[in-house]
Amino acid sequence: MLAEAWLYLLGHPAQFAKALGVHVSLSLSALALAALIAVPAGVRLAHRRAGALAAINAANVGRTLPSLAVLALAMPLLGTGFLPSLVALTLIALPPVLINTIVGVREIDPDVIDAARGMGMSGREVLRRIELPLAVPVIFAGLRTAAVQVVSGAVLATFIGGGGLGDFITAGIAMMALPLMLVGAIPVTLLSIGADALFGALQRQLTPRGLQ
Amino acid sequence: MIGLKGLTKRFAGEPRPAVDALTLEVAEGETCVLIGPSGCGKTTTMRMVNRMIEPDAGSIEVAGRDVTHVDPIELRRSIGYVIQQIGLFPHMTIGENIATVPRLLGWDPERTARRVDELLELVAMDPDDYRNRFPRELSGGQRQRVGVARALAANPPVMLMDEPFGAIDPITRARLQQEFLRIQERLRKTVVFVTHDIDEAIRMGDRIAILRAGRLVQYDTPEVILARPAEAFVEEFVGVDRVLKRLSLLTVGAYAAPNGGTLSAHTISASATLRDALTQLLIKDAEALTVTDDAGQIIGSLSLQRIRQAISGSESHAVA
Repeated sequence: MLAEAWLYLLGHPAQFAKALGVHVSLSLSALALAALIAVPAGVRLAHRRAGALAAINAANVGRTLPSLAVLALAMPLLGTGFLPSLVALTLIALPPVLINTIVGVREIDPDVIDAARGMGMSGREVLRRIELPLAVPVIFAGLRTAAVQVVSGAVLATFIGGGGLGDFITAGIAMMALPLMLVGAIPVTLLSIGADALFGALQRQLTPRGLQ
Repeated sequence: MIGLKGLTKRFAGEPRPAVDALTLEVAEGETCVLIGPSGCGKTTTMRMVNRMIEPDAGSIEVAGRDVTHVDPIELRRSIGYVIQQIGLFPHMTIGENIATVPRLLGWDPERTARRVDELLELVAMDPDDYRNRFPRELSGGQRQRVGVARALAANPPVMLMDEPFGAIDPITRARLQQEFLRIQERLRKTVVFVTHDIDEAIRMGDRIAILRAGRLVQYDTPEVILARPAEAFVEEFVGVDRVLKRLSLLTVGAYAAPNGGTLSAHTISASATLRDALTQLLIKDAEALTVTDDAGQIIGSLSLQRIRQAISGSESHAVA
C-alpha cells in the first residue's frame, strides 16, 4: 500500500509539489500572522491584570473550538480559497501564542522588573532588555504548539477550497483509495513532527544562557 | 543632601495615609536608617525618593534640587537602588548586571568594563572568576554583593537600600553589613536604608528614623535613641536590652580613667566596646580592667563604676 502511495506520488510530482507548497506556505503564513498579532497584543495585555485574565479566558475558549468549526465559520464570511483558509488558520494559531506571551511576561519575577525600573529603565527598555528575553522560551513554546496545530489544521483547508495536502486525503476518502489518502497523510505527519522539532530547537537556541 | 518636607502618600482604600506629612533631612555622606513595624511607611518613604512611588503632597529634595518635577527615569539613573530580593537579571551575566546603569547612560564599553572589574573587587569578588557567571550560579550572599555593586556602578551620590541583607543567613548577613560599612567609609554615599531589624539599624545607621503609622516618632543618632527614647513606643521598639545595645556603641578608650585607678591583671583593648568590657568584668569577676592601646601601652583603667556612669549619660563621650 505504501508502495502504491509512493507510485502515485511519483506519477503526479507537480500536483504533489503544489499541494505541499500550498500546505507549507499556508501554515507558515498563518503562524507568522499569529505571531505578529499575538506577541505584541500579549505583551500589552500582560501589563494589565484584568486585561490579561480576560484575554487568557477568551483565548482558552477559542482554543476549544474545533479547527473544522473555525474553517466552516470562515466560509460564509470570506468565501472559499487560500485567503479564508489563511484567516481561519491564523485564528487557530492565535490562542496558544497569545496565552504563552501573556503568561511568559507575567511570570517574570516582579523584583526583577522593580530593580530594572528602579535603576532607571524606561518601559520600553524594560520590555526590550528584560521582559522579552525572559519570556522568549515561553513564547516559543506557544509558537511550537501553534505550529503543530496549524500544520495539522491546514489539512482541513481543502474543505473550503484552500488546497494543501488535505486534497489527497479527501480525494482518497471520496474514492475509497487508501494509498491516495496516505499521499496526503504521511507528509502531513512528517511536517508536524518536523515543525515540532524545529520550534523545539529554536526554543532551546533562543533561551538565554543564564536560564538554562 | 536629601530633604523630605511634608511628604504624604495615601493609597486608595487605606484608612490612613501610608506616609503622613513626613519631614526629614539626611546629611551628605550619612546613612539614614528608616525603621518601624510593618506598615509604618518606611519602604513607601524610601520609594518616593526615586519616584518609584509618587507622593500626593510634599517635596523631595535630592542634592539641592526638587525631584518631584524632574524626569523620573533620569532621576533613578542617578540614585543607587538595592532591594531585598536583589532582582538580578537572570539572563545576564554578573558583569552585564553591574553594567546596567552605565549602559543606560551610554558609557563606552571599555570604561564600563573597567568599572565592572573595579566594583567586583570592591565587593571582594574576583572579576576574572565572576564577570561571566550567571546569577543562578551564585550564593545568596554573593548575589547581594553583586546587587550592591550594581547599584554603585555609575557612582551615584545617593543610595536607596530596602532591607538589602534581609533574606540572608545571620552569619553572611553580619559579614555583608561589615563589608558595607567598610565600603561606605570609603565612598561616603548618602544612604537611605530601610530595615525592620533594630540591631541592623544601630550597626548601620549614622541616624535612625523611627516611624510609626506613617509619622516620624524619633530621628536621632543610635546613641541618643538608645539613651533617650522619645516615647514608650520607641523604648519598646528598641528592646529591653537597649542598655547593652548602647554599650556596644561606646568604645573603652573613650571611658578609660587616665590616671590609673585600680590597675588590674586583666587588660582590654581601647578599641573594644563597653559591652565587651562589661562581659570581661563579669567573667573575670574583676573590679576594673587595664586599658591598652594598639601598641600595648597602658592608657588607663576601666571600672564598673565608669560603665555605670556611661549608661547614666553623666558623661558625654564620643560614639564608636
